[in-house]
Amino acid sequence: MITELGHFALVLAFGVALVQMVVPMWGAWRGRAGWMAVAEPAAAAQFILIALSFGALMWAFITSDFSLQLVVANSHSAKPMLYKISGTWGNHEGSMLLWVLIVALFGAMAAWFGGNLPPRLRARVLSVQAAIGVAFLAFILFTSNPFLRMDTPPFDGQDLNPLLQDPGLAFHPPFLYLGYVGLSMAFSFAVAALIEGRVDAAWGRWVRPWTLAAWVFLTIGIALGSWWAYYELGWGGFWFWDPVENASFMPWLLAAALLHSAIVVEKRESLKSWTILLAILAFGFSLIGTFIVRSGLLTSVHAFANDPERGVFILAILGFFTGGALVLYSLRASALEAKGVFGLLSRETALVVNNLLLAVACFVVFVGTMWPLVAEMFLDRKLSVGPPFFNAAFTPFMVALGLILPIGSAMPWKRAKIMRAIYPLRYVFVLALALGGLAFAMQSGRGLLGPVGMFLGAWLIMGTVVDVMQRLGRGPGKLARLRRLPRADWGKAAAHGGLGITMAGIAGLMAWAVDDIRVAQIDEPFEVGSYTLTLHDVSEERGPNYLTTIATLSLAQDGKAIATLQPEKRFYPVAQMPTTEAAIDYNLARDVYVVIGDAQDGGGWAVRTYIKPMTNWIWIGCALMALGGALSLSDRRFRVAAGARKQPAGVPAE
Amino acid sequence: MKRLLLILTLLASPLWAVQPDEVLDDPALEARARELSQGLRCLVCRNESIDESNASLARDLRILLRERLVAGDSNEEAVDFIVSRYGEYVLLSPRATGANWLLWGAGPLMLLLAGGLGAVYLRGRARGKTASEAPLSPEEEARLRDILDG
Repeated sequence: MITELGHFALVLAFGVALVQMVVPMWGAWRGRAGWMAVAEPAAAAQFILIALSFGALMWAFITSDFSLQLVVANSHSAKPMLYKISGTWGNHEGSMLLWVLIVALFGAMAAWFGGNLPPRLRARVLSVQAAIGVAFLAFILFTSNPFLRMDTPPFDGQDLNPLLQDPGLAFHPPFLYLGYVGLSMAFSFAVAALIEGRVDAAWGRWVRPWTLAAWVFLTIGIALGSWWAYYELGWGGFWFWDPVENASFMPWLLAAALLHSAIVVEKRESLKSWTILLAILAFGFSLIGTFIVRSGLLTSVHAFANDPERGVFILAILGFFTGGALVLYSLRASALEAKGVFGLLSRETALVVNNLLLAVACFVVFVGTMWPLVAEMFLDRKLSVGPPFFNAAFTPFMVALGLILPIGSAMPWKRAKIMRAIYPLRYVFVLALALGGLAFAMQSGRGLLGPVGMFLGAWLIMGTVVDVMQRLGRGPGKLARLRRLPRADWGKAAAHGGLGITMAGIAGLMAWAVDDIRVAQIDEPFEVGSYTLTLHDVSEERGPNYLTTIATLSLAQDGKAIATLQPEKRFYPVAQMPTTEAAIDYNLARDVYVVIGDAQDGGGWAVRTYIKPMTNWIWIGCALMALGGALSLSDRRFRVAAGARKQPAGVPAE
Repeated sequence: MKRLLLILTLLASPLWAVQPDEVLDDPALEARARELSQGLRCLVCRNESIDESNASLARDLRILLRERLVAGDSNEEAVDFIVSRYGEYVLLSPRATGANWLLWGAGPLMLLLAGGLGAVYLRGRARGKTASEAPLSPEEEARLRDILDG
């Protein structure tokens, strides 16, 4: 019964979304306030209906209702409750339902908190947002219905893929979708502005919080996925340049570019047409990501059960929205006049260079991701493009970005003097260089990656500190000024410092990781780096829905015990799948990462040990970047812009 | 669904990549082997190098690579040998031959192009006349009066 209600609510939501797409747009065209006003209650109704539908599906998972095909295929009665819930979106149909739920959530947010948007713009934004909802609701209802019943319900389900039974992965998809779909808001604003033929500073101010929110969610989502891969997949990789990872990374890069260029629109009324284009492309890349995951066009570790019919449908959605928006753009972009005049050396220019580097870096990732397909279709060459290519082709752009960031962010608007921007940074630059040099001297001939990373990290972190100090000026009262610094400035500092920390972490991990593979005998200590490990015991045990082999090792350094590590090797009988659970001793300087393998014929166990320097810097940096975005989002000017008159706490997208 | 499970099983199995019995005695040779195998694709896996993969084919390739290195091949010769047997598909970093230079050149070319466009735009902005100097339209004047008087 609840299932049917859920299905029915979804069909109703489709109807509401159709109304919300057509009526307000028509009303805005004809200037009828009543018709435009339909958008707000429709957006709220659409969200509530989809939430009901999603709730119904989740209920089926929680109660293990095996009369539903989807529950049978992705759940099991013995599964822990958290994974029964996360199983709702751990599959194609459910995750699409989550996707439209978030589209509707953002639409409803814009309706609730968009109180001081001009009514015409608001009607158009909500109408475009509803159009996206219509497309994906149709996709779910016609190709991927989650509410299909079984003719004869089985006694138990086939279990969720054990790799997905993990807290990190339970929350990875919702955050990613919040990010992907958050960009739909920027897209809707861009299309509405193009229809309106008008982009001004206020538009920049309205679109920026949505972009920021989307970017923050994407950052968290990507970092969670990467962290999960690191501890779960058993060899400590954190990024594989897999097509689907790239699909989430490209919108992230473009969203980062967009939220910087929106500042220029907001403060200086320049870069308007480029910002609109970025907003369209950023969401376009989100759709490309969806297409890649669901169509099976590119082979990826993330592939869902996919079939061509769904792929074609999503391709049509992608073509319609991106293509349509780009056509509209080509017709209207010339109407968007730039106003601000600025010198060749200015913060505007620095932000243009930032956008240039981010966009070209995104382009490199795009070409690398699509190249195997292009080569096979047009050149008749079957080839692979993997991590070595991306590391070589992508990294230089990030190095350049890190190099100019502290200087660019020290420049004033309109007209800058290069010496005045560089001067306060001189000590920091020398110090960072010295640190890089020190790293180079200590590692004795192992390539430039580590030293360059250390230099960039130090340069970015210390440059950020100098930037904040510069804001405080000279003389007394610094502390008071520090407290009065707008949150946007704190956000900027946290995000830029976080980027430096992440860069240093990635370089440290990639340049200086040590690994060791051996057969370990019980109670015979062995050395890895400066650490001594001893395998004490290996035992077989039972978990709630798996069998496990647990090894117990002790970790010591210079005769002092540091930790007891218990790596596991699990087997999930229902899904017939093994997984590894690495044991990791975390700290800021390094992770010691131990994996247990098979029993060897001649006695003993295969053990793989890694010393991974600075790994946690990567996630700490990501957390700081997300925090920076959130701080910036809570800045007073957005609280005011987002309709504080109606809602005192009107921060969108919480 | 079966296909998905099969794929995920293949994927999930890298409990083990390099096995202890494969490791060469000479640490310098082993280091070279590890580095090279990170650039070679496991042909039956999805985007995994033979260094990471647990598939038996990846194991065969790792052993083959080590045999070539022990026999005295240089890095290039060893990789060439494997490419000659399995095709350029095994290379995770495609060689810049034929049309592949487009792949490698895409970034730098785009940077040049975008940089050029950006420079033109910036020069225009540095010199440009502003639209804000244009007088208000009659409607805007009327609205301004409304606001000021109201």
